[in-house]
Formats: sequence, C-alpha cells, structure tokens
Amino acid sequence: MSEHLLEIEDLKVSFFTPAGEVKAVNGVTYSLDEGRVLGIVGESGSGKSVSVSALMQLLVFPGRVVGGKITFDGRDILAMNSEEIQTVRGKEIGMIFQDPMTSLNPVYTIGEQLIETLRRHTDMSRKEAWNRSVEMLKLVGINNPEQRMKQYPHEFSGGMRQRAMIAMTLLCNPKLLIADEPTTALDVTIQAQILELMKSLREKINAAIIMITHDLGIVSDICDEVIVMYAGRIVERGLIDDIFYRPAHPYTQGLLRCLPRLDSDGSKPLEPIEGTPVDLLALPKGCAFAPRCEKCLKVCLQHQPPVYEVGEGHTSACWLHALEQTGEVQEK
Amino acid sequence: MSQAPLFEARHIVKNFEVGGNLFSKPRIVHAVDDVSFTIGKGETFGLVGESGCGKSTVGRTILRLHEPTSGQILLDGEDITHVNMRPYRKRMQIVFQDPYASLDPRMTVGDIVGEPLDIQEVCKSREERNERILELLNLVGLNSEHMNRYPHEFSGGQRQRVSIARAMALHPDFMVCDEPISALDVSIQAQVINMLMELQQKLGMAYLFIAHDLNVVRHISHRVGVMYLGSLVEVCDADSLYRNPMHPYTQALLSAIPIPDPEVSRRQKRVVLEGDVPSPINPPKGCKFHTRCPYATERCRQERPETVTVAPGHTCACHKVQEELGL
Repeated sequence: MSEHLLEIEDLKVSFFTPAGEVKAVNGVTYSLDEGRVLGIVGESGSGKSVSVSALMQLLVFPGRVVGGKITFDGRDILAMNSEEIQTVRGKEIGMIFQDPMTSLNPVYTIGEQLIETLRRHTDMSRKEAWNRSVEMLKLVGINNPEQRMKQYPHEFSGGMRQRAMIAMTLLCNPKLLIADEPTTALDVTIQAQILELMKSLREKINAAIIMITHDLGIVSDICDEVIVMYAGRIVERGLIDDIFYRPAHPYTQGLLRCLPRLDSDGSKPLEPIEGTPVDLLALPKGCAFAPRCEKCLKVCLQHQPPVYEVGEGHTSACWLHALEQTGEVQEK
Repeated sequence: MSQAPLFEARHIVKNFEVGGNLFSKPRIVHAVDDVSFTIGKGETFGLVGESGCGKSTVGRTILRLHEPTSGQILLDGEDITHVNMRPYRKRMQIVFQDPYASLDPRMTVGDIVGEPLDIQEVCKSREERNERILELLNLVGLNSEHMNRYPHEFSGGQRQRVSIARAMALHPDFMVCDEPISALDVSIQAQVINMLMELQQKLGMAYLFIAHDLNVVRHISHRVGVMYLGSLVEVCDADSLYRNPMHPYTQALLSAIPIPDPEVSRRQKRVVLEGDVPSPINPPKGCKFHTRCPYATERCRQERPETVTVAPGHTCACHKVQEELGL
C-alpha cells in the first residue's frame, strides 16, 4: 500500500532534556493523499509541530526520532542522510513557518532568496529563475513584483512577508506543503487575506497541504480532513463534517463546546475543559486526557485506549467506544 | 443612564516620540488619537482592533501608566488626569497579557498577591494579611498550598489566575484586562473567561476588556468599541454590533473571523480588505480607513468623519453611514 503520498507510521519523537525524556510525539500514524488538505489541531505541547519537523528532518537538539517510519512518495524519509533530504526539503516538500520575519534572511533581498531556492533545486539560469520568481510573486498577490524582488524583508509588511514565503515554497512545484500556524502572527484582516490566498492556490496547484493550527475556525475554513492531537497522540481523525458535527472523542467534544461563538448566546457561561494541560514529563499511565475527562472510566486511568473506527474514515482513541460497541470494557 | 458613569475618558490623545537625535527631529507616533468613552459600574467595555491600533495604549493611558498627551480621565466624575495616583490605584487595577512576564519570578505567589496589600497598608497584622491572600487565591480557584510556591511552578492558566488575584487584592471598582487570555490555550481560555464573568457578578467590578479575538469580546462584553489606527470608529452594545455592524471596518473585521463550523464556512462570503494597516507615524488624511475601505469616496479622502450617534447607544464615525441615515 504505497499509494498514499505521505505515510507516517507509529512515529515517536522525544526530547532528552536534563529534567528527563519529554515524549513530544508518542506513536502517531496517519496518511495523506495528493491534493488533500489535512488540518492538525491541538494545544501547545500536543506535538503537532514536532511531528512535521520530524518529517522535514528539522528537529532541533535535544529532539530525536525514537521510533516509527515516514514514507513520502515511496521513499523512506528517516533513512535519508542530510544530502538526500536536502533534495526533498524545499523542493518536494515546502514549509511555511509561523513567523515570516525570522524565516526570511534579513540581509538578502527577497529576489535573491527566491532565486537561490530555484537555482539550488533546478538547473535554471539566473534569468529564468528571475522570471519564474516574478511570476510566483504575482500569483500570491504581490503588486509590482519586479520592484518587490529588489527589496529586503524589512521593507515588507507581515502579510506581504508571508505571501513571499508562500511564493518561495511554491517555486519548485512541491508535492506537499506544510503550513505551521501560518497566520498566527498576523492580524485577522490579514489572516483573512492569506486564507483566501491559500484557498485559491488549492485549485491552482495540485499539492497536498498539511495545515497546523490551534484555531478550529481556520480548520473548518480550509481543510478536508482533521487530526486532533493531545499529549503527543492522535485522539481523533476524520473528515471535517465528522469532527465538527459528530465528534466522538471527549476531548474534541470539549474543545468544540468551550469556544465562544459569534452566533451563540452570550448570556450562558462557556463550558471549559476543567483541569490543566498535561505535563509531558510525567505522562499518566493510561489515557493522557483521563484526568480532565468528565466521562473517565476506571480503565482509562490504567491503559492506553486503542483506536476505534467510529465511522467511515473516522477514528477515535477512547475507551468509551469499547463500551458502546461491546457493552463492556475488557480489562487487559 | 442618568447617573454619572463610573469611568469616563474624554478626548484622550497619546503620542510617542521615536528616533530623533541632535540633528533630526523625532517622529511622532499617533498611538491614540482623540478617544472618548464611558464605562458604567459593573459593566464590561470591550475594546477590539488589530495590533498597533492603540487599544493597549488606551488601557495603559487611562490608568496613567502612560501620561496622556491631552484629554481628561474621570473616575466617579472626579478628574484624575493630573493628580497623584496612589490613592486611586486601589480602585483601578490591570491584568496584563503575558502571565510569564508580569509575575516576579523571585517572589512567592503569596507575596505577589500580598504586595498590593503591603503597599497600600490595608492589613493591620500578619494574620489578617495571610487570611486575605488565602481568600483571594480561593476566589480565583487556587488554594493554600499554592501560596508558598513560585510562578515557574504554575501553568499559564494558573499564572493568569494569580495575576487576577493580585489585581483584585484591593477590591477595585475597575479593572483593565489587557488581552488576558491571548497567551493561553483554547481549553484554558474558557476557564478564565468564566472566572472573570463570575467575579464580576459577585463583586460588581467594571472591566475594560482588551482583545483581538472578537468571539471572546462579544461573549464577555456589554458594550464594544472598535478601534482603527488610534481612533474609535464604532461603539455599540455587543449584540447589536455583531448583528448590525455599521462601519465598513467593523463589517470587514467580523467577516474575517473564521467560524468553527464547516457549513457556515462554505456559505460565508468574506469581505477581504486589501492592503495593510497604515503606519500611525503618518496616518492617512481624512478618514483613516479610506486607504482600505471598499466604499471610500473623495469626501473620505479629504475630511475626517465626526463620531455621531446613529441609534441610541450606538456611535459610528463614517461618512457613508451618516449620509445613508441622513445625519
């Protein structure tokens, strides 16, 4: 079964800190097909960014992949050495980071940075690369692209920088585009511009997109499928309609309930998820969400829940489904 | 409302000087430009806008953490623009955005919450002080075992609770909440919002609630002011603002929020604003929003619109709205 563009199997990433091993990603499995947009949501520390950093081999010390397999386009990513990964990273997989100011080099013009990317990955001449770059800047909605090519990142506003970043990742026609909180650093009206841009690009380029965000609104706006992460594990996965209208996991349900919404009645109090976020240094023995879960069973505190299929392409990792499906919970 | 409001800001202006040396004049950032509003007792006034629009500066200026360049600040009808603030600090407090930066890492949580009590010398004995601190911690959902711990031992949400307990130590009538939940995770945000609303019901405090998340502001506020580039463009009660936004900027801001509901997202037609927020160093002439406004006319480019009352309790500064209503 290698028809999926991207396959991640039981990925485990740990950070070896002086205080102990932090299991940032703890057995994550998913696949992604061409042309699909996958949203990964979760709170800070849920492992959503770390899981894709591993995919790009961009983990920073003291992080290390401790297990699992990543197959991209039929090739094993984790087995690649640093030269091999460089032919994939930036060419076949593009990445858009949260903060466009720190991801662009301040001492080179935008044009130089775009051309460098192209010249590294293709055998284009400088002239061709220049033309292609101008074309890309135009595609992402930057006016006067010829003039903009000669400017430095500090002469761009936040939204424009993010557009330039997107142009840069699209230069080599990537098969996979990873956007790690691309609009978190931007204002709402600029965020709306970037989201509209990404939606229009979806139709123009045929890349799969992974959208990492903590904002469920963005997910509902742009994604086809969603993965919900908690404490380094996938708790639920499904199509957006499944997740928003038929959430199966108590964490997803809680997350959706606790949001204040513009169309909701402001007089009722919100329904927060009680408790505090999990401490990754001291993960509980059973389900990581159990201490905060209002439907917690005895078994939840003792054993990791297996993944249950609750609908077509809709999975959830929770002991409650065992209760629903078999009427009783089997103790291992 | 016939009685005087608890708090009133009249034509507040705050300019900052940047750069400048022996040979060149400093440039002036017009951070807050003629902002007026009132807040009643026990009321929450929400202030929204994009980064750099001056909402935090308003919050700090009205507490006189910045001295206003001009304008008047009134508490209970009394002008406090030029007085010694110490006696008034008891009545006006602030909760900052970043709970990691606003708590002293070398002080225990008990001392942090107790510091306002010490400064204002409200407690007669050590026992009374400790009792009061405990009471405050209980109020925000913490307990006695937290008292001797240090901020680094707490999560973001708990730290924000400590911040709130500190702000409440002196029974203020009025609290500025400067993006108190922006740094917190979604599931924790709801806890803090509920707590702030409960405290208000119990103790009758008024809030100036500053945030860029419009969903949250709508939920917690009675009235909302929308700021753009240092000016209030629209003020209205929360429900009508969301049901019937009048100013083109408010409309765009509301339609820009992604709604966590796939059906709605599919139907939603966005008003996407072109371009970026102009620099407050050199704000546009006329209506400040004209560079991005889809309805801008020649008049908007030349003439700054007055703030007028378009409906009871609803003010708006826009030529188009005023022309349509025949005002």
